[in-house]
Amino acid sequence: MFYREAGDFKTSYVDDNQTFPIKFDRYRYYFVLFIAFAIIPLMINSYWVKAIFLPFLIYSIAAIGLNILVGYCGQVSLGTGGFMAVGAYAVYKLMTAFPEINILFHVLIAGGITSIVGVLFGLPSLRIKGFYLAVATLAAQFFLVWLFNRVPWFYNYSASGQISAPERTIFGIAVTGPNTQSWATYMFCLVFLTFCAIIARNLTRGAVGRKWMAIRDMDIAAEIIGVNPLSAKMTAFAVSSFFIGIAGALFFAVYLGAVEVGEVFGINKSFLVLFMIIIGGLGSIFGSFAGAAFLVLLPVFLKNFLVGALGWPTDLAAHLEFMIVGGLIVVFLIAEPHGLAQLWRVAKEKLRLWPFPY
Amino acid sequence: MLDQAEGYTTADGRKIGGTVMDMRNITLRFGGVEAIKNISFDIREGEIRAIIGPNGAGKSSMLNVISGFYVPQEGEVWFRGEKRKPLKPFEVARQGIARTFQNIALFEGMSVLDNVMTGRLTEMKSGLLSQAIWRGKAEREEVANREICERVIDFLEIQNIRKTPVSRLPYGLKKRVELARALASEPKLLLLDEPMAGMNVEEKEDMSRFILSVNDEFGTTIALIEHDMGVVMDLSDRVVVMDYGKKIGDGTPDEVRNNQEVIDAYLGVSHD
Repeated sequence: MFYREAGDFKTSYVDDNQTFPIKFDRYRYYFVLFIAFAIIPLMINSYWVKAIFLPFLIYSIAAIGLNILVGYCGQVSLGTGGFMAVGAYAVYKLMTAFPEINILFHVLIAGGITSIVGVLFGLPSLRIKGFYLAVATLAAQFFLVWLFNRVPWFYNYSASGQISAPERTIFGIAVTGPNTQSWATYMFCLVFLTFCAIIARNLTRGAVGRKWMAIRDMDIAAEIIGVNPLSAKMTAFAVSSFFIGIAGALFFAVYLGAVEVGEVFGINKSFLVLFMIIIGGLGSIFGSFAGAAFLVLLPVFLKNFLVGALGWPTDLAAHLEFMIVGGLIVVFLIAEPHGLAQLWRVAKEKLRLWPFPY
Repeated sequence: MLDQAEGYTTADGRKIGGTVMDMRNITLRFGGVEAIKNISFDIREGEIRAIIGPNGAGKSSMLNVISGFYVPQEGEVWFRGEKRKPLKPFEVARQGIARTFQNIALFEGMSVLDNVMTGRLTEMKSGLLSQAIWRGKAEREEVANREICERVIDFLEIQNIRKTPVSRLPYGLKKRVELARALASEPKLLLLDEPMAGMNVEEKEDMSRFILSVNDEFGTTIALIEHDMGVVMDLSDRVVVMDYGKKIGDGTPDEVRNNQEVIDAYLGVSHD
């Protein structure tokens, strides 16, 4: 009824190619952007930012990155935690070595460094596929964490082996370090997320995205129609690692402030981001957002609900929380194996015709 | 009738040009099995060339040699007057050879339009950065190639399903989409591996009509493998017949039909 494309005629291919071809979708998108950029920063406090918004924004970037590799190009990776660590340590080294350069560039360069590392560890994908590739990337995960633990140069020979972010500012406003404003960190991550999401969407709807999906769906046929598997897979690893590196850099510099690599960027992180894209929907940018929101919000919601509303003891709630989240993941995957993005798609198709059945 | 340098004129008056593809003494082995034994034949500009033969004769292997998927142990492949070095399949595609598959090899997760657009990937050369911001060369290329794809979509009468995911389509339409994807690359040589396998009479008629008009309107050179003899005899200008990896006949449909070796291969012969 209110959500439909009838009468919305496209007269050029440029119009037809846009990200949100349906008018209602487009306005909804502008509305969400407006809320995110203009309303939320005025209303949030430190708890909301630390507990919900920063993890959501940063995990969304990581999920988009991993989704490009796994969901669009079909190359399974379990090295996300390791690649996030590369981003974190790269931004740390850059921040301490070149304090006069803006943090914005540090984060971007950290993404670039991660993408080089990603391509190196992606080389085995030319020979091996599926589970075997997952195991090969698992090696990257363990190797990178080991490297950052064992080579003191990476943590500037600090006694604790930790890295901690010094204060850096943009336009005179601190975005890293101990004296940050909540809204500033939120805005900083939001800008990166918007930038990453738009790039990811542009790449996936264009020529390179088709190359990735062709490799994912049938690599032999892709090669026969002229896709060079080497360049397609390597660009996927590069772009994916670029986003994951940015996520890692923000996770360390803006969100946590201080990081011990084994704890923060361990194998758990790889699985967490992988779960996000599986629950959210493989091969969908929206799915990356949905999955990140689901796995970030659900524990927070459960904790508040069980402890706050029902008055259960905190330790009991903490354990139950794991069980409920795990159970919900299983339920969701049985109900809709293609993830939240597919539910969203089905809902939209229903809405297009609502209230009529056909 | 067949003039080596000049080509020939078909029964229905079409001019056939010089040699596009020349296979010279091709031998292909898998371990001890000789799938193709010392076969030579040519494909000429603008003709419809059929490769037929009983099951296991080596027809698909032959097509795979042409499309670069297999590299023959012996013999030479000449394409457009040049001897072809052993190439990777994607390099062969860039030379202008497109193909369809016996069992459909579409990208199931993508829409029909995206599938057809993949046929243009060899022509899309804009950089990653330009694509990331969707401005400049990337956007221009996207629109220009979309126009070419839309012409093919229009030609094959699949406009109504262009945004449908391929996985939802029935078999006959999938075959047509696969033809569209191959055509979108504007190939100099189009290879069709059993384009009518598993189709009913109407679908076969449609597909025959499309193959003929592709050849007629775009002047595309076509090499096809097909089991339906009626179709082969009606469509093709010249036919190669294979049996057990050997070439047993080569010529116009009429010549082949009256070739004793071909009749023996298809109907069997008593060994007494």
